[in-house]
Amino acid sequence: MRTGQLETNAPRMQPASQTKLQSALKAFWRFRAFYVMLLPGVIYFIVFRYFPMYGVIIAFKDFSIMDGITGSAWADPWFKHFQAFYESPYFSQLLTNTLLISCYKLIWGTFPPIIVAILLNECRIRWLKSIVQTLTYMPHFLSWVIIFGILLTLFSQNGGLVNRWIVEMGGESIPFLTSTEYFRSILVGSEIWQNLGWGAIIYLAAMAGIDPTLYEAAKVDGASRMRMIWHITLPGIRSIIVLLFVLKLGHLLDAGFDQIYILYNIQVYPVADILDTWVYRTGLQQLNFSLASAVGLFKSVIGLILVLGANRVAKKWGESIW
Amino acid sequence: MVRSWDDKIFNTIVYVILGLCGLAAILPILYVVSVSITPFGEVLRNGGFILFPREITFSAYRTLLTESNIPSAFRVTVLITVIGTAVNIVLTGLMAYPLSRKNLPGRNVFLLMIVFTLLFSGGLIPTYLVVKSLGLLDSIWAMILPNAIWSFNVLIMKSFFEGLPEELFESARMDGAKEFRILLQIVAPLSIPVLLTVGLFYLVGHWNEFFQAIFYVTDRTLFPLQVVVREILMQSQQPLENAENMMPTQTMQMASVMIASLPVIIVYPFLQKHFTKGMLLGSIKG
Repeated sequence: MRTGQLETNAPRMQPASQTKLQSALKAFWRFRAFYVMLLPGVIYFIVFRYFPMYGVIIAFKDFSIMDGITGSAWADPWFKHFQAFYESPYFSQLLTNTLLISCYKLIWGTFPPIIVAILLNECRIRWLKSIVQTLTYMPHFLSWVIIFGILLTLFSQNGGLVNRWIVEMGGESIPFLTSTEYFRSILVGSEIWQNLGWGAIIYLAAMAGIDPTLYEAAKVDGASRMRMIWHITLPGIRSIIVLLFVLKLGHLLDAGFDQIYILYNIQVYPVADILDTWVYRTGLQQLNFSLASAVGLFKSVIGLILVLGANRVAKKWGESIW
Repeated sequence: MVRSWDDKIFNTIVYVILGLCGLAAILPILYVVSVSITPFGEVLRNGGFILFPREITFSAYRTLLTESNIPSAFRVTVLITVIGTAVNIVLTGLMAYPLSRKNLPGRNVFLLMIVFTLLFSGGLIPTYLVVKSLGLLDSIWAMILPNAIWSFNVLIMKSFFEGLPEELFESARMDGAKEFRILLQIVAPLSIPVLLTVGLFYLVGHWNEFFQAIFYVTDRTLFPLQVVVREILMQSQQPLENAENMMPTQTMQMASVMIASLPVIIVYPFLQKHFTKGMLLGSIKG
């Protein structure tokens, strides 16, 4: 086919391009059913995913609802809103909170699921294993509103179970959910609780892929279970651990909008307000669309760079490890 | 001899820690259940410690179901979940199937279009403006359409379809079947596992719907369950809506939490397998 086309291509340019167009149309016609199927999805993506990417230009405009996206005047200078954000007291606070909460979650959240996966892998009683799996996976499906409710009964200052205990034992009640001192720990703790089991799934799958003869050989050599975990299981999942860690690094600016918005309150803004929550309040509650879009864009762009960088690193290491 | 002794200790430690993890996951939920069915006075008397209540009352549930806006919110959530999941599955399947045909001209352009949205988004405010300009604000569609297709689920379904044997399609085409028929009568029945997995993720997403509601909906009658439950949790000091001088006691709050989470808790164990599979499918792709 290809050589035939080349021959006709060579002598005369005009008809050749016509046949090319024709064959493209023919191909299109042959696959028309597929394009019809794609149509609703493509429309969805253009309207709800790509229009907003165009709409982000309001970050460079003085947006007013009356004039619309195209009608609004350009900001002067074009980086006005970015500058305003950079010079505001929020800038360093939001960035610090976002990065700190992310890092805490990254550090504290990485190891518990690995430990649970190892324990599940070592568990020799099948029913125990499956019960523990079922129980620990479940919190993953509870919404943050539900988890907020659970946190309230356990930790709220008046009526929370923990504070009732503390008071009963003669202590002062502690405002776990409303003090800047404890709030980040609550965020990290509840996130670990939600994802302890669910996060273990992928490590468990990786462990299932480890060659069983390795364990048998180690057993013959008289290695203890602890040693086998250290020398066989952990090295077997090392690449997955590194990979997931790097990929999570790519989302460093996503400190968890859903969770924080639902759990936080005005008392803990100084330690809990992150870029996303601020964008929501500034944009949709104070209707300062341009400023909020500018901050959103700032976050998206840095996020994109981080994700691409992380993927590149992951791929590079992935190749050398696999 | 020493060997098996060591093994026993090791096993015991493993079982104990695993047991503790299991308890840590379930105890808070059990505690919520027991607070929600214990008379509030009883809760106070026991210093809050009631895992197995001596006295049981469903009055909190009764009050919520008759005197609050929980029932209407429940209806909204069910509506969003049913319509939303149907829309999700149809759109995702329609998109994934053509993209699983490797010889489709322009396939890479479409794939890039989808993958790019995983990396970059216009952000909250521009998306809000799109929803607003479409006139979707304050309608249930505002909670369905903006997230009608999750890019990730398209990729999961696509890779499942790619795994189906090519000969099936060939022979069906030989018989003169149209592509829509192939999708509906050959691909769909063979893809029940992935449809279930993807469908369940969409379903739980809709059931837990919160953010699109607070972004795009101000009409209180359209609030889904999670939004109303959060209001009840927040207004512990104020009277509950529609109920005069009714303080939402802890009992009442926990009853609302149970109403919003019970369907997920009940259904989840039976479908756990499919969720887990989806998690692995997704992570292989990612």
